[in-house]
Amino acid sequence: MTSTFPPVEKTGTRTDPPPSPRSAVRGRRRQRTRNWLTAVGFQVPALLLFAALVLLPILFAGYAAFFRWGGFGMPSDYIGGENFTRLFKDPVFLGDLWRCFLLVALSLALQLPFALALAVMLNQRMRGRAVYRMLFFAPYVLSEAITGVLFAMIFAPGDGLADQLLGKVGLEGLGGEWFADPDMVMATLFLVMTWKYFGFHMMLYLAGLQAVPKELTEAALIDGAGPWQRFRNVTLPLLAPTIRISVFLSVIGAIQLFDLVWVITQGGPDHHSETMAVTMFQYGFKRYQVGYASAISVVMFGISLVFALAYQRFVLRRDLEGATTTMRGGVK
Amino acid sequence: MGDPALSRRGFLAASAAAGLGITALSGCGGDSDGGSSGTTTIEWWNISTTEPTKTVWAALAKKFEAQNPKVKIKIVQLENDAYKAKMTALTSSGKLPDIFHTWGGGVLKQQVDAGLVEDLTDRTKDFSEGLLPVAKEPYLLDDKLYGIPFDIGMVGFWYNKALFKKAGIGEPPTTWNGFLDAVRKLKSAGVTPLALAGKETWTAMYYWAYLAMRTAGIDALAKANEEKDFTGPGFVEAGEHLKELVALQPFQKGFLGASYSTPTGQAATVGNGRAAMELMGQWAPVVQSDAGKGLGDDLGFFPFPAVEGGKGSITEVFGGGGGHALRRGAPQAAVDFLKFFASETTDRELVKKTGVLPVVPAAEEALTDRNLQAVQKQLKSATGFQLYLDQAYAPALGQEINDSVGALIAGSKSPEQVAQSITKTAKEEQ
Repeated sequence: MTSTFPPVEKTGTRTDPPPSPRSAVRGRRRQRTRNWLTAVGFQVPALLLFAALVLLPILFAGYAAFFRWGGFGMPSDYIGGENFTRLFKDPVFLGDLWRCFLLVALSLALQLPFALALAVMLNQRMRGRAVYRMLFFAPYVLSEAITGVLFAMIFAPGDGLADQLLGKVGLEGLGGEWFADPDMVMATLFLVMTWKYFGFHMMLYLAGLQAVPKELTEAALIDGAGPWQRFRNVTLPLLAPTIRISVFLSVIGAIQLFDLVWVITQGGPDHHSETMAVTMFQYGFKRYQVGYASAISVVMFGISLVFALAYQRFVLRRDLEGATTTMRGGVK
Repeated sequence: MGDPALSRRGFLAASAAAGLGITALSGCGGDSDGGSSGTTTIEWWNISTTEPTKTVWAALAKKFEAQNPKVKIKIVQLENDAYKAKMTALTSSGKLPDIFHTWGGGVLKQQVDAGLVEDLTDRTKDFSEGLLPVAKEPYLLDDKLYGIPFDIGMVGFWYNKALFKKAGIGEPPTTWNGFLDAVRKLKSAGVTPLALAGKETWTAMYYWAYLAMRTAGIDALAKANEEKDFTGPGFVEAGEHLKELVALQPFQKGFLGASYSTPTGQAATVGNGRAAMELMGQWAPVVQSDAGKGLGDDLGFFPFPAVEGGKGSITEVFGGGGGHALRRGAPQAAVDFLKFFASETTDRELVKKTGVLPVVPAAEEALTDRNLQAVQKQLKSATGFQLYLDQAYAPALGQEINDSVGALIAGSKSPEQVAQSITKTAKEEQ
């Protein structure tokens, strides 16, 4: 019992004068229960809210996924795993998975390296560095909805800024139907996503770069390492924890992508830009097939969870171990 | 007591307990019946949350209260989607408001089947018989009237007379082949024949719905919904006709990404004279001049053409409106209010101030807008009526029709596949 006593409490009680050992133990125990009650008392409102607004809905979605249910009243038409078998036969949902994979791959291959390159550049001494940093970060501050409306106008076929500009410089051939073209829509969408999010990743990298000790690069310089060697062998390894976090955020973001797509294309044309979240919204709030929509959300949750756990276990392990001793318990 | 730490703990414990108490005190509301002696309070649920309708309706309620001192009207206004969601919940709870907005069709039928809606056939006979027949159509179920309309409208082709002239088309087409010819002529005159909002697939659904009405017939549309089978020859044929049209590439550049009412959308494209036609409801002229420049006197209206050899005729209309229904057992004051709301005086005011089409034939003169007069003319001579499919059918089915027709226009589904996926969804909905 006493062994589980938190060390903080010990230092707190040490200030009390110890009259006799026995009464001290009793007093301490009484106070401990009171402390415990106080702690519980404070947590209950928050716990209740958390349970009612987060845990219960998650559990309920898991429950509703096994019913044919219109979203009103209680689910009663139990259909087993039918929603899930239907899900994995639905070409739209399978397409969602493929598009999710595509966005992740493109983000990792293009967006993050781009952000890293900019961060390395902006980490050097140069005139107007703060202005550049602010400019590049600015798109991230805009809301997704505003970004969506903005780019829907920029990429309006023929009349939009993009086509007009291309026309002005004699590159009409490069213009096109952008979001209206089933074959172009994902590429255009990725362009917008990159515009929106590269600043955020750039900021992460910049913060990471500040923590790289100058002495190390200088030492490498003295040892005769070229710019690439210094980057590859000194900067990059020290930046690795930041990169791992940035990759993690990027992947989770791609799995949950909704706002931008909904505002710009609503998943169209003909489902060619639909994401899992958009499909879920369509079924849940347009068709009122809430049971099926719950099944989609359960799969999304599952994918995110498996990815997050696996990533923490295998990729973030070193970073977390290095952080604090208490985190170790959380990982294992 | 003198220990400051202890008293602070005591305070913390007390405030924690208070926090607990507050959490426990939740949802202790309750309905209080405000039916004080003599006065009847009726609740009127509507979706008129925008001006000028909001103010006009509130003033009408006041006017009715002044005429009937013993009646109080409590207006509850909800935004369109919120209203639909709330009504679905109320329907399953079994209690509806005294007077509530309805679009008729499938949703009203569900409420009627649940025994929640008052049969108005006899109780409103004295005034409902004089109303425009087509306007009552959405609320007629098994020859019984369950709602009183205050608005009615229809979908048809809005066209640019100047562009038709430029392409050498004298009269608006009345047959599908004539229509396809007109499209070809417009194309060869260098004019974009049609504007379509491909991003909002309900705009595409209008074509399929009208074609199905013309080929399979209105009765077949109702029957297909009941039997959950949309694979009949008329429906596949409707898809094939639509495919003929799509094959002519009649739509504006980038139509698959276009919205309806944005500055680069369907309405603006027609309103700015960059496409010759759009298939849209009676609100089209307003949106055209709102999102674009508007066509003024160049704008004309013609009904959806008949299909050669089809079961339907050109005088059958596709549309919808708005009306009010009563909960079962609603007080007489609610019926009186419906009568007041469907009177000639009120209807004139509604037509003049809120831009609806008249449901009382005598209120027709109040209609001064030339475009709406053209629509009204079609509605008056209508020989059949089909309610908007998303209101006539269950939500999932309505969405699936929009979705598959959108896919047909994008070229990823064949007419047969459209009929099959609609049927599949119809069957899923029990």
